[in-house]
Amino acid sequence: MAIRIVKPGLSTTVQDLGRPGYYHIGIPISGGMDRFALSVANWLVGNPEDAAVLEATFLGPELEFTSDATVAVAGAELPPKVDGEPRETWTSFNVKKGQTLGFDFLKGGARAYIAVSGGIDVPVVLGSRSTYTLGALGGFQGRKLAAGDELALGAGAGAAEGRTVADKLRRLPGAPTELRMMPGLYWHRITEAAGRYFFEDAWKVAPEADRIGYRFRGGRPLEFVPREPPFGAGSDPSNIVDACYPYGSIQIPGGTEPIVLHRDAVSGGGYFMVGTVISADLDLIGQLQPHAGARFASVTMEQALAARHDRQRLLNEIRDTL
Amino acid sequence: MTSRYSYGGDEHIFVECDEAMSLDAFFKSLSITTAIRAAQIKGVTEICPANASFQVKFDPDIIKAEDLKREIQSIEQTVGAGQSLLATRIIEIPVLYNDPWTHETLMRFRDRHQTPDKTDIEYTAAINHLDGVEGFVKAHSGAPWFVSMVGFVAGLPFLYQMVDRPRQIQSPKYLRPRTDTPKLTIGHGGCFGCIYSVRGAGGYQMFGITPMPIYDPNQQIKYLRDFMCLFNPGDIVKWRPIERAEYDEIVADVDAGKFAPKMANVSFSLDAFQKDIDGTNAKLMEALHGH
Repeated sequence: MAIRIVKPGLSTTVQDLGRPGYYHIGIPISGGMDRFALSVANWLVGNPEDAAVLEATFLGPELEFTSDATVAVAGAELPPKVDGEPRETWTSFNVKKGQTLGFDFLKGGARAYIAVSGGIDVPVVLGSRSTYTLGALGGFQGRKLAAGDELALGAGAGAAEGRTVADKLRRLPGAPTELRMMPGLYWHRITEAAGRYFFEDAWKVAPEADRIGYRFRGGRPLEFVPREPPFGAGSDPSNIVDACYPYGSIQIPGGTEPIVLHRDAVSGGGYFMVGTVISADLDLIGQLQPHAGARFASVTMEQALAARHDRQRLLNEIRDTL
Repeated sequence: MTSRYSYGGDEHIFVECDEAMSLDAFFKSLSITTAIRAAQIKGVTEICPANASFQVKFDPDIIKAEDLKREIQSIEQTVGAGQSLLATRIIEIPVLYNDPWTHETLMRFRDRHQTPDKTDIEYTAAINHLDGVEGFVKAHSGAPWFVSMVGFVAGLPFLYQMVDRPRQIQSPKYLRPRTDTPKLTIGHGGCFGCIYSVRGAGGYQMFGITPMPIYDPNQQIKYLRDFMCLFNPGDIVKWRPIERAEYDEIVADVDAGKFAPKMANVSFSLDAFQKDIDGTNAKLMEALHGH
């Protein structure tokens, strides 16, 4: 029971719901960038929500199956094909032994989650099958997939063909995307006017956007409150004494281009942060293509928690209908 | 030193013990995070000490942010100015200063550096008023360094030089970060040293390289079999300058599974250190060398 990688796509890695507990020594949580889509793809094929799947970025892989399996693709609109025959996204379908799963060009979003019944069976490292490429850890040999790789599958009963998620329950970013964030951390380092610009301005995803972090461009440069640099921080007004970076935290080196750290975050460093994108919206960032438009919106802890519960309710509703 | 609390979104509490770096701020961060770990608070998933701050990640479905904040604040009160006593270990790290690999890299990225006509060591020696490369190596390797944070990437230690402030080496980061740094480069930015655990981007000045891996995701290297990262916050490091022949020898020994880092368990008192820096460091060195 295995799948063979005929073509790897642009950047396809094995991911599950991540590897918490080691951030204090610089090993990030990793796991699917869009955890909502990852969980749904797993449920569609009868897997537990945290089974390992393939995360394909921008361009789909070509996969040859050595046994029968149920497959589902959720997240980005990356239309699947079995031996060239189109299949629906967000819907389970069967792939027979010897058949090839390929993909059409990306129609929306950025990352597709390809779940296979039984899950991708790579070794569990520090409690997870997720790939952390920067540290060459976990997943398939600690790296993105290459042609010729063979991935073992776990045992799974599979699921019926044609199980699907209603359109209104699928979660994808709008255009432009609103990213909700809680101001904080080192927000006090910028002037009041700069704080206003940050929310008023239209931002665009820069080409430097990956699993570590997403960079944004297009807003006005931020002005800093003058200060005497604290010992050890460095002379640039955007420097701090190297500190931990929360997942979703927004650092702005030099006050010009915000970077939102994501699942493979660098765990700390010397740049100030203006706040943190709320947990409910991290999935959406994973679906943004370069040049996609985005705005930041300020929310309170109460609003962040309400959004978190809305997301969970939506997930529960999908799980209960499947 | 009043700590500043801030929420990092709905899943993190961020606490800045002090804006400026000092051993006091680091000890405060380390002692509070150690106490939080011991308290085994339900819903807490990550406890990350940093140089002069720390961060706790939690599941807001299990514990409310304000409740956790209150618990941490009460722990901070109990711990107070900190246990100034630390049971830790000192580890000797051999360093080939001015090595060919970082030299090749620094030449490649000279247009991103402050001084196109000097190496990183020559530049750092000059701005710290040290007597050339030799004077720099002496100052850099003369006293031990604290691991004040582990992170950025897997297993990378940030190091704080255990001397009084006027003697601390300081240097700016590169004007623009490099896209490449050799694995196991000894770096420096601001007042912090580091060892790059993996190859990759970086902005710190590059002084040398160690033959001794500090991160092994495959856990094949003998001394990294129990855990893939060598360092923990609170460890003490002592650099030992080596020549090329010994560098090659250690690389071969690591490959053959014969190399074991020199280390010793020590107890460190911040009070004693602040009363007598050189005397405390001398005792640490005695412990390292088994006297």
